Amino acid sequence: MIRSHILVCTGTGCTSSGSLTTRDALVTELKKHGLENEIEIVETGCMGRCDLGPVSLVHPDGTFYKNVLAADVPALVEEHFLKGRPYKKLLPEDPITHNAVLTQADFTFFNRQMRIVRDNCGIIDPEKIEEYIARDGYLALGKVLTEMKPEQVIAEIKTSGLRGRGGAGFPTGKKWEIMRNAPDLPKYVVCNADEGDPGAFMNRSVLEGDPHSVLEGMTIGAYAMGATRGFVYIRAEYGLAVKRLHIAIEQAYKYGMLGKQLFGTNFDFDVEVRIGAGAFVCGEETALMRSVEGRRGQPQPRPPFPAQRGLWGKPTNINNVETWATIRPIMLRGAKWFASIGTEKTKGTKVFCLAGKINNTGVAELPYGTTLREMIFEVGGGIPNGKKFKAVQAGGPSGGVIPEQHIDEPIDYESLQKLGSIMGSGGLVVMDEDSCMVDVARFFLDFCCDESCGKCPPCRVGTRQMLNILDRITKGEGELDDIGKLHDLAAMVKDTSLCGLGQTAPNPVLTTLRYFRHEYEEHILHKRCPAQVCRDLLSFTINHDKCVGCSVCARNCPTNTIYKVKGQKKYYIVEEDCIHCGACLDTCKFESIIKASEGPSHTAPPRPEFEPIPGRKMAVSR
Amino acid sequence: MNLDELKKLKDKAQRQVALREGNKKYRVVFSMGTSGIAAGAREIMTAMLDEIDKRGVDNVEVAVTGEIGLVDAEPVIRIEDRSGEKVTYAKVNADAARKIVTEHLQKGKVVDGLAVGKVKEKEAERPK
Repeated sequence: MIRSHILVCTGTGCTSSGSLTTRDALVTELKKHGLENEIEIVETGCMGRCDLGPVSLVHPDGTFYKNVLAADVPALVEEHFLKGRPYKKLLPEDPITHNAVLTQADFTFFNRQMRIVRDNCGIIDPEKIEEYIARDGYLALGKVLTEMKPEQVIAEIKTSGLRGRGGAGFPTGKKWEIMRNAPDLPKYVVCNADEGDPGAFMNRSVLEGDPHSVLEGMTIGAYAMGATRGFVYIRAEYGLAVKRLHIAIEQAYKYGMLGKQLFGTNFDFDVEVRIGAGAFVCGEETALMRSVEGRRGQPQPRPPFPAQRGLWGKPTNINNVETWATIRPIMLRGAKWFASIGTEKTKGTKVFCLAGKINNTGVAELPYGTTLREMIFEVGGGIPNGKKFKAVQAGGPSGGVIPEQHIDEPIDYESLQKLGSIMGSGGLVVMDEDSCMVDVARFFLDFCCDESCGKCPPCRVGTRQMLNILDRITKGEGELDDIGKLHDLAAMVKDTSLCGLGQTAPNPVLTTLRYFRHEYEEHILHKRCPAQVCRDLLSFTINHDKCVGCSVCARNCPTNTIYKVKGQKKYYIVEEDCIHCGACLDTCKFESIIKASEGPSHTAPPRPEFEPIPGRKMAVSR
Repeated sequence: MNLDELKKLKDKAQRQVALREGNKKYRVVFSMGTSGIAAGAREIMTAMLDEIDKRGVDNVEVAVTGEIGLVDAEPVIRIEDRSGEKVTYAKVNADAARKIVTEHLQKGKVVDGLAVGKVKEKEAERPK
């Protein structure tokens, strides 16, 4: 009899840190101790803590192990399965109390969560439909098809208050009703799995960990709206998710959950996978549909809306992965239950991705209305290395930064919008005091500018011009009227762009201007970068009180710009040749390199006084 | 596939994942320290797992722990239930282990000749 399951995460994160080798080592080691009939290895989807990968969870004890590398497996098996005690070396540490965390239930990161969408992720083997069925899988579909009319399904979704998880937060029930009332046939449903925001991977984690929940949601939606064909549009970079989706579709057909006459009714539904060609703009629904049709992924003006004229000119409904995966729990547990979670206007839970300068990086699902403070300091475990929190970028590159004075705001669509940010896909990139907000705005705008499809000039030209201005500012070439120009351009791009990409691209610039205007002014007026990030505004000097003359900085300088003074042990950095790469700062063992944005504290003596450094050629440039 | 077939399939599949949901009625803990292993705790555990499997008992999880403390009475098994009641069996052999499955785990009756102690603690004190 199997007495214990060891769940090994085989999501993309843990696979790349070596979980498959760990699994193989576990197989060998369990066999060696004759435990192969007592302990079962289960490969699951993402558990949410990719930064601790490869992670493992042992049931029924609930012990959570981090960094389970193949080399640690023999000791782990001996301690946990033979001797029955947790293997302390691999227990995670609570970032706040610094105590080892014994079980998953004791881990703030896990026990603060409320898992509805990711209920099965990290618990079932996503490649086995039986495990999904064991956790009430396809039960909702069976009930909907045999006991409910399409109108009842739509009414239920409306009562639940579900809003689209893709970013805009449009009420899902209303969207479905419009589609149901569209007269044309055939109708299509589409799952938008073109998750492209930097630092967002919640859709990937759902598709990898529980692909059937998405398929079941789509089938229920198709029944409610009268569609007979569905497409999952997924980006090619998500190789594992694509693979698991294919396996899930194949199994669903085999078990009669997809195909003809489902559950003995007259309802037919087929699902196909379409792989994206790797463009951010294809997450926009009209561009996505063009791409599904095999055409160039460019947005089109709306109206006509997809529900009127979508794929091949027929009514089409597009929902995001997370929205589709939320349908099943609503149908199983009822709209009233779902509506009791969250805030007044935004119901249910949201899967967030925590990234950036934060202790607990990963995927976490919490009810709407959770404050940013709870999210960052409780679930996220705070900021590493004792640094101070500065801001959080919510909603990906088209979102905006939220500064410290607003982190007690509850997270929902309305409050984020009020702050100038957006919910977006739910990515939260945390920044500490070492982040320069002008640089952050430049980074995100660079992304959007790069990903602009080029169809409409405001987005194509406007974002480029804004980027040029930001580039100048970070180089210390900013001019006084640049802030005004940025405001004007941002308003123009926002108002006149064709699709969501352009309409939201200026958000990072606008929010950083709103909350961190003084940083822009420092860059422009005083040519200083207060956070010491913008390279061109930095200077590096050697503190001769601390320098021991070991020459390690000089030998590591890529531009040969550190020299020794003849007859002395003194080293100098020649400012005009320095590229501000910080290699000297990283290599100095004596903390004698001073990084500053106020200009060098002393200048190097005239060149003839320098002597060559052993093992290093003198610079030939001058 | 109809709804009844799906439900049947679910019942069958549920045994596979039930272990991960962690709300079993009983938890059987084997004392698997040096003295336990020397007294044959491993073989007894195998016998018990076999019996549980054979009889299809699904309200129990089996775990091992270090030395329980009754070194001269090994092999020792402790059975904890959800109400916080703990029954300790000492000097268990394979037959006794099988009997514990049929009597204690299936019928809820403590096997008299084998049990050496029974305590009840508050729910809150029960380790997770």
